[in-house]
Amino acid sequence: MNNRPPGEDLENIVQISQADMASSDWSDLLASLSENADKRVYARLFHHFAPKVKAYIVRLGVNGGAAEEVTQEVMLSIWRKAHMYHPEKAAASTWIFRLARNQSIDWMRKQKYPLYSLEEWSDTAAEPGQGEQEVLSDRVAKAISLLPEKQSQVIYMSYFEGRSHGDIASRLDIPLGSVKSRIRLASEKLKQIWGGEYEH
Amino acid sequence: MNINHHLDDATLISYSAGALSQGMALVVATHISICDQCRQLAEANDALGGALLESLDSEKVGDTMLANLLSQLDDQPPETVTLAPVKRDPEIPVPLSDYIDGSLDQLEWKRIVPGVAYYDMPWEGRGVSRLLRIAPGKSMLAHTHDGNELTMVLRGSFSDEVGRFCRGDVADLDDQIEHQPLVDSEEDCICLIATDAPLRFTTLFGKLVQPITGF
Ligand SMILES: [Zn+2]
Repeated sequence: MNNRPPGEDLENIVQISQADMASSDWSDLLASLSENADKRVYARLFHHFAPKVKAYIVRLGVNGGAAEEVTQEVMLSIWRKAHMYHPEKAAASTWIFRLARNQSIDWMRKQKYPLYSLEEWSDTAAEPGQGEQEVLSDRVAKAISLLPEKQSQVIYMSYFEGRSHGDIASRLDIPLGSVKSRIRLASEKLKQIWGGEYEH
Repeated sequence: MNINHHLDDATLISYSAGALSQGMALVVATHISICDQCRQLAEANDALGGALLESLDSEKVGDTMLANLLSQLDDQPPETVTLAPVKRDPEIPVPLSDYIDGSLDQLEWKRIVPGVAYYDMPWEGRGVSRLLRIAPGKSMLAHTHDGNELTMVLRGSFSDEVGRFCRGDVADLDDQIEHQPLVDSEEDCICLIATDAPLRFTTLFGKLVQPITGF
């Protein structure tokens, strides 16, 4: 941050070491933003998430100024939607991933990605508690690295490149059914790891 | 709701990844909105997306972005949840109600042949996205798929080699499966269908909806 933008006085307050933040801390921080619209808290979230959101958007194939524009839109929506964030429902990374995904797709397709309403069932679904949700998020990252390459590859091609099963099949030159079974196997293993049944 | 046929894991992953066509995503969102089981899987898959987001190497953002944002924040009203209209037809799940005014019966159905009609979703894109309405006792020609095909029952029921499909059930099929659905309810069977195969399917679809009667 050598080139501090002019008029940026909040920057001084938020230059706190963020290196040691665990993902649960980000969820706590987002939860506190949901209760109190504090720009210092927002700036900290920005420093951590904006570069990752942009990395995600670029990987999806949005480039240059557009990537910057969509990133800014996503980061703005964090502020506008923060009051709807419930840490007991999702980790901050999960919640922000959804915003980034939906807005990237909306931008690329000029169509709203069909979503199921999170509000209407929020009281009925049995959700993991906040602690479990965080463990989940941390574990998933490790779990992915344990997958055989053929399986992690189709997961990456889905999430980071937004490729359909058919698209992956022609890229890898394998049958559609193989793509689906690789994704299924990966998903199954990841869920075993979430369930803590995976020994490695 | 008693649902017996669910979405394939691979389909749910693609949905969370944002990798489904508009039409396929609509079927998935519509099913998830009334299915606890698939919804929990979708939640877990979104958490996978979150973890993957965290794992990415940072991409530099413009130096002025934060300042731009901070200068706008005071003017931003908090976004409110848009609730579905109260008088919504309960037969139409919320995600689908965004695209349908009134009831399923009020739609401008386009008849293909006696006993079979369709209503296209208002978008273009790869694959097919439409509602299909088939009269009792009618069947479709046996067919295979060129890609994935999702069919969710909204009214009535049909049976095929896989089993019986009633309201809420989803047939999530790929090109390995050959099937011949037969409408076995007393009322018309109305399904929301989508495919991810490119144009070739349109031709196949034309054959697909011909009732077997007379053959
Ligand atoms: Zn289901």
